Amino acid sequence: MKIYVPRDAAAKALGADAVAAAIETEARRRALDVTVIRNGSRGMIWLEPLVEVETPAGRMAFGPLCVKDVAELFAAGWLEDHPKALGLTADLPWLRGQTRLTFARVGVIDPLNLADFRAHGGMAGLERAVAMTGAGIVEEVTKSGLRGRGGAGFPTGIKWKTVHDAPGAQKYIVANADEGDSGTFADRMLMEGDPFTLIEGMVIAGLAVGATKGFIYSRSEYPDANVVMTEAIRIARAEGMLGQSVLGSGRAFELELRVGAGAYVCGEETALLNSLEGKRGTVRAKPPLPALQGFMGQPTVVNNVISLATVPVILAKGAEHYAAFGLGRSRGTIPLQIAGNVKHGGLYEIAFGLTLHQIVNEIGGGTASGRPVKAVQVGGPLGAYLAPHQFETPFGYEEYSGQNALIGHAGLTVFDDSADMLKLARFAMEFCAIESCGKCTPCRIGAVRGMETLDRIGRGDAAAIPLLTDLCDTMKAGSLCALGGFTPYPVMSALTHFPDDFAAHAKEAAE
Amino acid sequence: MKDFIIPDRDFGTPAAKSKTMVTLTIDGFDVTVPEGTSIMRAAAEIGITVPKLCATDSVEAFGSCRLCLVEIEGRNGTPASCTTPVAPGLQVHTQTGKLKQLRRGVMELYISDHPLDCLTCAANGDCELQDMAGAVGLRDVRYEAVETHFRAKDTSGQANPQWLAKDDSNPYFSYDPSKCIVCSRCVRACEEVQGTFALTIEGRGFDSRVKAGMTGDSFLSSDCVSCGACVQACPTATLVEKSVIDIGTPDRSIVTTCAYCGVGCQFKAEMRGDELVRMVPYKHGKANRGHSCVKGRFAYGYASHKDRILNPMIRDTINDPWKEVSWAEAMEFAASRMKAIQEKYGRQSVGVITSSRCTNEETYLVQKLTRAVFMNNNTDTCARVCHSPTGYGLGQTYGTSAGTQDFDSVEHCDVALVIGANPASGHPVFASRLKKRLRAGAKLIVVDPRRTEMVEGAHYKAAHHLALKPGTNVAIVTALAHVIVTEKLYNEEFIRTRCDWDEFQDYMEFASEPRHSPEAVELLTGVPAAEVRAAARLYATGGNAAIYYGLGVTEHSQGSTTVIGIANLAMLTGNIGRPGVGVNPLRGQNNVQGSCDMGSFPHELPGYRHVKNADARAIYENLWGVTIDPEPGLRIPNMLDAAVEGTFKGLYCQGEDILQSDPDTKHVSAGLAAMECVIVHDLFLNETANYAHVFFPGSSFLEKDGTFTNAERRINMVRKVMAPKQGYADWEVTQMFARAMGADWGYTHPAQIMEEIALTTPSFAGVSYERLETLGSVQWPCNEKAPEGTPMMHIDGFVRGRGKFIRTEYVATDEKTGPRFPLLLTTGRILSQYNVGAQTRRTENVVWHPEDVLEIHPHDAENRGIREGDWVRLASRAGETTLRAEVTDRVSPGVVYTTFHHPVTQANVITTDFSDWATNCPEYKVTAVQVAPSNGPSEWQEAYEAQASLSRRIAAAE
Repeated sequence: MKIYVPRDAAAKALGADAVAAAIETEARRRALDVTVIRNGSRGMIWLEPLVEVETPAGRMAFGPLCVKDVAELFAAGWLEDHPKALGLTADLPWLRGQTRLTFARVGVIDPLNLADFRAHGGMAGLERAVAMTGAGIVEEVTKSGLRGRGGAGFPTGIKWKTVHDAPGAQKYIVANADEGDSGTFADRMLMEGDPFTLIEGMVIAGLAVGATKGFIYSRSEYPDANVVMTEAIRIARAEGMLGQSVLGSGRAFELELRVGAGAYVCGEETALLNSLEGKRGTVRAKPPLPALQGFMGQPTVVNNVISLATVPVILAKGAEHYAAFGLGRSRGTIPLQIAGNVKHGGLYEIAFGLTLHQIVNEIGGGTASGRPVKAVQVGGPLGAYLAPHQFETPFGYEEYSGQNALIGHAGLTVFDDSADMLKLARFAMEFCAIESCGKCTPCRIGAVRGMETLDRIGRGDAAAIPLLTDLCDTMKAGSLCALGGFTPYPVMSALTHFPDDFAAHAKEAAE
Repeated sequence: MKDFIIPDRDFGTPAAKSKTMVTLTIDGFDVTVPEGTSIMRAAAEIGITVPKLCATDSVEAFGSCRLCLVEIEGRNGTPASCTTPVAPGLQVHTQTGKLKQLRRGVMELYISDHPLDCLTCAANGDCELQDMAGAVGLRDVRYEAVETHFRAKDTSGQANPQWLAKDDSNPYFSYDPSKCIVCSRCVRACEEVQGTFALTIEGRGFDSRVKAGMTGDSFLSSDCVSCGACVQACPTATLVEKSVIDIGTPDRSIVTTCAYCGVGCQFKAEMRGDELVRMVPYKHGKANRGHSCVKGRFAYGYASHKDRILNPMIRDTINDPWKEVSWAEAMEFAASRMKAIQEKYGRQSVGVITSSRCTNEETYLVQKLTRAVFMNNNTDTCARVCHSPTGYGLGQTYGTSAGTQDFDSVEHCDVALVIGANPASGHPVFASRLKKRLRAGAKLIVVDPRRTEMVEGAHYKAAHHLALKPGTNVAIVTALAHVIVTEKLYNEEFIRTRCDWDEFQDYMEFASEPRHSPEAVELLTGVPAAEVRAAARLYATGGNAAIYYGLGVTEHSQGSTTVIGIANLAMLTGNIGRPGVGVNPLRGQNNVQGSCDMGSFPHELPGYRHVKNADARAIYENLWGVTIDPEPGLRIPNMLDAAVEGTFKGLYCQGEDILQSDPDTKHVSAGLAAMECVIVHDLFLNETANYAHVFFPGSSFLEKDGTFTNAERRINMVRKVMAPKQGYADWEVTQMFARAMGADWGYTHPAQIMEEIALTTPSFAGVSYERLETLGSVQWPCNEKAPEGTPMMHIDGFVRGRGKFIRTEYVATDEKTGPRFPLLLTTGRILSQYNVGAQTRRTENVVWHPEDVLEIHPHDAENRGIREGDWVRLASRAGETTLRAEVTDRVSPGVVYTTFHHPVTQANVITTDFSDWATNCPEYKVTAVQVAPSNGPSEWQEAYEAQASLSRRIAAAE
């Protein structure tokens, strides 16, 4: 009997390790031949630990389990009528509604079993890529319409072409795995659940642009992901997926995992490169673009984990297949990360185009508190707050720009009507002040002055509101990178859509 | 600090070097600039100043202040003009409503965290933050700033943890964190210009602060070398010269040339009235390109030190106290003594020593004094004890006695071979330029017994350090040649077209002999053969390879041979005659090149023409109306020998302290003591003056007009910024003395002396003050063929015709270690002190180096029971002294090292009178010594101290 218990950090945080241990103990006690497989998470966090049992009909889901359920389930023979039984995993509406391309194997396979990976369609993209020219791969990725999933949404193929065409003795592929946005976890889930896909994507990127060395820049806050990635790199090297001759192609690619020290700003690509070089993690001015002068001054592809991990399926199934999903200039699928005050939180991969209403109310099931949704912050702590009147906006890069918002890394944080938007605006400034690298003036001083000005407004000084607006203009247009440049999004969206939360304090003060 | 006096335009970013030109439009005006130029610089080229704070053209663009934002038609957003390069056809707007509002917004943030104490600030009127607040029209700061860095106490009266106290630890400048705008210009200057990496930004966000060194460090205790680049780069009063705090801002400036080392940095002497406020490196100085070191930038206080002698003095014997007299009386006394000596002992019984610290014009006059007034050739100069082998070796092989390149050449070099030189200490501004190139990827080979600062530093490391045993230079250089010829790495085409093929074959035969192989000489030199082979291959095949060498090459019994060997290496590999290559002696003193050029040697008239050359003599004989002695005169050691023998009795010594600087102090003092008239012409009662009968007070480089010639043959203007404190420039004093001796000299300005030099010296034929004023400086030869001078020599052919290969047979020095003297002493200098220290010891530079110390390897120290900081006795066959020990593995076992900056130590009591076979250049770099624990000064030191204090007495005025 095969039993799947996720090793995903979120599942572990909810007790998956204890459940796995209990299953093994109980199986031993009953002298049953049970193999426990530690898979990734299926993305239904409210059901974790979600345990699956392999049956002739398919994998049967049980969750959320706790240790005391285990003996009971063994006693009951893991049957469908148990209160924690959810039926066939594949039939769960959460999964049925998704289009899993990037996350196709996450939660399905043993993350560190290369045969399992292959059996589920892994390596097909790389196998196709080794037979192609670099320019051919770049062309394929360009045609797929894939855009940077880190937040900027820059077309991946065009970035690759720049690196491909740049002269350079040594080129590099860097996977930006410094996923620091609160409420986002797609990179982590992928690395913990299907690390070979990231490796495969990076090798393909290397073949495409002529880079023979790659780095995964991960973060110290992701110890589980780092363990899995380290082991996966070791296996990939042993199995010829990495090394001097990738899959016997004669083309080399080496990969190294580096772990950041906790600075949010090191998720910004140029600060990341500085950190990778052993320097202070401060932002570099662009130009020069990292594509031309990146790591150690050499042409470098810096892509988000999800962008790179999407490349294998594009190569395996063809650019047209991928590009067939989505809307407008936002092609393919996007792994939504639904979090905050929401009933059903987790990862949901779907083609671009859903509305916030669909995502929050239908997929997410509304707030966890049961109160009305007041706002959804999309794109991490630097993303705008969207108010209910914007909830019909389809999920897409340009569509969100039109709302003075951004989709960022596709993290969504849901707030109910008890949220104080002034406090959330102040939090945005505080976050910026804490995480600012200190290089440019608008961010270094502006964020501190922003907190102070919001405090004034909070004390009822409505005259400070125009000053806040001016400051946000300065930060937005004047900052060197997106940290200072995007902090005005949450602040100004809060001010614009929820003016009462700002005026109320003035009123209170006046009374 | 901004340059407000001579408004030296700051273009914001460095010039681009591309030859491709790009045309764009800025505010409606077309501008064409090299590709790679920033929009900011392109705007500056047509006089449009984009507001800026973090950009300055000495460092790369950084893009942090966000004041220089512009709008570009067809592009999103407001890119920073400093970091955005030009592109063809761009339509740039530097002043729009949006930009105005943005800049005001940024300035409002800056000023919300700045103390508004402008009126009492040292940078008042000289502050870029002040200027920018005005430029962007900031009229109001609306923030209620709670968190600041400038308030010592917060709004509730509690100590503000963000406030940091001033750091006054550096003697020359102060760091006031409360005024800092965190533009990083200082940090970047320290990294990019100086290459020390002593500064960083610590903390992040609002906590970002400029920090010297590590936690707990002050500027003084950090790696900071006090070059001043950070102070120069600071746009506010955060880093400011203490002299500006004390005096106020200057009101005028005069460009002049540093009087320390042979790099020849140009400075702006910034003045208020006749008070020197500060020395600021001159951006257009062609040797330094706006950079400086602690000596030239700050260590000028000696010029107004209380020790300076301002009245002429005489005495009958050296045991008498000095008597202050009038200039006329001093001249009369000195002239009558010298005349009497010549009458009694003959024409050859007197001579002169010219100064490598004085101007070309002054040096020319001193040698003219001996040739035209004393009527002999007894002239010598301190180059005798430093680079005389360079003159000989390069003269023999190439035909000129000077370096082949300019300093700019280093920017094109791919492999630098540094032999017997430590530019990080001795030629710091050149070292910074070299390090910059090394950080950009050039390779470095260091040949030095000691692991000097050049071997490894911030972001560079020598590919090969050949830590040879002192005295084995020739063996190493020949071994390098052996590898090049036997592995056929030589440049046959270059040799065939540019050198004498037969001589090459002879040299090849010689160098190929197995006894010259790296393996054969390994035991002798102590350098692993594989390292020598690798170094030779790198030098021969690594691209543009340049040799830089110093006194570690010349101050040996085979100094001239090594110079020849070096010249051979460059010819073998074709590394001559283009940018990035060449043979470059790093000259020690500011004008040692010039003093050699000016005929200071006993066998050479100005321009390196032998006195036996009747045509050359005739030029001077016709002009001066005298007969020139066709026989070479005495060198310094010969003068001293002759003095001891009783045939040399009178000496005029200008600006040199031979007692401290020349080898075998006891022999020098015996020679001086045997003379009847020693005239010392100097700023201070130096050590030589202890044996003098006449003292002419000298003038500092700030007090006279003239020229210095640096190591790249560059003739730089020295300009009078204040009147001589003792009444006369040195050339006037020499002239007064010549007239007292009966000469009819009537120069009224040094320009006339330069006219005479140009008239009589072919390589200077085109030099005039007018041309120097126009061009800033010229490199000789400057004549009809090269009216604007010669940055690089031997481009199409060697000066002597064909390059000459000469065999370089290694002959071990007679100075050998043995049971009594088992260690080898080698000497050198350190950054903060200069030469005998007469100047630098009289400045605050003593905080970095208050005394000479003996570096000894832990192994040798352990054997002798010596611990760090112990007093040790250092003895050689010549003498002994005591000093403190520093136990370090910078030196190899068997080698000890010290500096010679302090007269109390007198390292030269130890050095012997062995010298270069060709030029008598002393063998300072190799002395067999013994080191033992000691508990106090040696007998010699005590006796010397007693004699010196007795000799320095000045009789009270009656």
